[in-house]
Amino acid sequence: MKHGRYPFIIGFLIVPVAIYGTFVVAAYIQAFQLSFTNWRGFSPKVNYIGFDNFVKLFHDSTFWKAIQHNLFLLIFLPVITIILALFFAFLLNVGGGSKGGRTQGVWGSKFYRVIFFFPQLLALALVAVIFSRVYSSDESGLINGVLHQLGAGPVLFLADKHLALWSILAVLVWQAVGFYVVLFSAGMGSIPAEIYEAAALDGATRGTLFFKVTLPLLWNTLQVAWVYLGIAAFDAFALVNIMSVDRGGPDGATTVIGLEIVRNAFDYAQFGYASAMGVVLFFLTITFAALTLRVTRREAIEL
Amino acid sequence: MSNLTSTDTAAVPPSGSARSAGSRHAAHTVHEKREIKLFSGFAHIALAVWGIMVIAPLIWVIFASFKSNTEIFTGAPFALPSKLSFETYKTAWTEAHVGRYFLNSVFVVAISTAGTMLFGSMAAYVLARYKFFGNRFIYYLFVSGLAFPVFLALVPLFLILQNLGLLNTYTGLILVYIAYSLPFTVFFMTAFFKTLPNQIAEAAIVDGASHTRLFFQVMLPMARSGLVSITIFNIVGQWNQYLLPVAIMQGAGAEQKWVLTQGIANISVSAGYQANWAALFAALTLSILPMIIVYAFFQRQIQSGLTAGATK
Repeated sequence: MKHGRYPFIIGFLIVPVAIYGTFVVAAYIQAFQLSFTNWRGFSPKVNYIGFDNFVKLFHDSTFWKAIQHNLFLLIFLPVITIILALFFAFLLNVGGGSKGGRTQGVWGSKFYRVIFFFPQLLALALVAVIFSRVYSSDESGLINGVLHQLGAGPVLFLADKHLALWSILAVLVWQAVGFYVVLFSAGMGSIPAEIYEAAALDGATRGTLFFKVTLPLLWNTLQVAWVYLGIAAFDAFALVNIMSVDRGGPDGATTVIGLEIVRNAFDYAQFGYASAMGVVLFFLTITFAALTLRVTRREAIEL
Repeated sequence: MSNLTSTDTAAVPPSGSARSAGSRHAAHTVHEKREIKLFSGFAHIALAVWGIMVIAPLIWVIFASFKSNTEIFTGAPFALPSKLSFETYKTAWTEAHVGRYFLNSVFVVAISTAGTMLFGSMAAYVLARYKFFGNRFIYYLFVSGLAFPVFLALVPLFLILQNLGLLNTYTGLILVYIAYSLPFTVFFMTAFFKTLPNQIAEAAIVDGASHTRLFFQVMLPMARSGLVSITIFNIVGQWNQYLLPVAIMQGAGAEQKWVLTQGIANISVSAGYQANWAALFAALTLSILPMIIVYAFFQRQIQSGLTAGATK
């Protein structure tokens, strides 16, 4: 067993570590370094300018808007998605009648689950293209076409700055719900029957069962869902980049941090500034994850 | 993982015998039955509404792909196309280059997923089953990658690739896909390799198998279920990637090498000027249909593969 142990270990690790080190570790370290420079990619000499980029960011109204929009998504995406997914998962699992003394899912629950999950498989970029047509402001759009048939006037989903971000949020929810329905269903399925039986014998209603039994026992899964959706809320780049008017418009009403980073990096070649935005994004994400785990920490209920 | 495999059986959840308790009391039965019927009817409506909301846009896209531009603008979204013509598909495939983008995506994802799985499980195996100096450090180095947003790395990544001459090349894109898929793959597979029993490995060593042979011929086959999950996870993730190709595949002649997500997004932007909406819908249909077909066959594996991350 000892023979050739170290050559083997090194042989197996060298390629993955080299690839990872070059493209991931080095990149993240350089990002922090670049955020303190005003480098634009041309000059061979790199100037360190201390915290100037961060000061500039602090006074950058577009960036503040982007942060606000991400925070908007951060609040509404998880809340709406989780409520809808919990609701559907509960219906799928206990919505049906009883057979042989067991409550069961509604008829066709498997079919629903398969349909609901499908959008998760589509690239967000593709979903963005589909919905930029669905939302089209003339009769060629799905929604405005239907409204036209009903005799209602067109709704400017993406061109109205009060509606644009909500429209984008709706697409994120549309795609995400199915995934969490499946996730919560799996969680609900692993809750032992005896617990429900005992609660039912004590006269618990369906509502009580949901809030006092299902929800507490799903707590860990909910926590994971919250973190995942929160991280997704910090992205939304593909949707905004493809769907919104003037990339982040109208009038900056939908721009997000990711889009500002890409724009500053590749349109304006502001490498230092874009990296500083990345650093801010990193700290926002980390803070969110840490806060979530702290605030939602409870006594884990082990089954 | 264990509750994942039970996704299907979850359809009949053990959610108690509230009803059976009731059925013992005959007086309650009728009332209860009615309540259940009402609830079940309501449940069906709610579920059906969401189901329609999920499917409608997709059906609409497929319908529109057969329509002419005038038909698309008549404002009857679910009217059937007047004639079944595949002309738009020809346009989408050749003039809008959907065919090329599609094959580019297949090529890149095939190699990068294979690479991710090979290198990821090699690293994970060594980290899970061999004690050596620096083991924990390398493990946490990999896993910490999960905490960083890719946006942070975007600029340096661009510069690193430029310095290596890999910008706007498949090699560059593939290596980056592998690199950014490693954290989760290593994290998941390390946990998986730890759960495999020791006896078989020991027996193989006694029989004189080398470490390398032990890995490829004994351990990898034993880790099959984990490998399948993570392979699906990586295929879907890399196939759907948009940010990384946008950052990497730019420059002279990049259009030739675009992957599907990039290509479709670009058709969408430029379709406004050429006003060939039907071709855009055909392009969308061509990118959705393969997913529907694959999903129809492997929906169970895909569901458990994609949710694998959330249940670890």
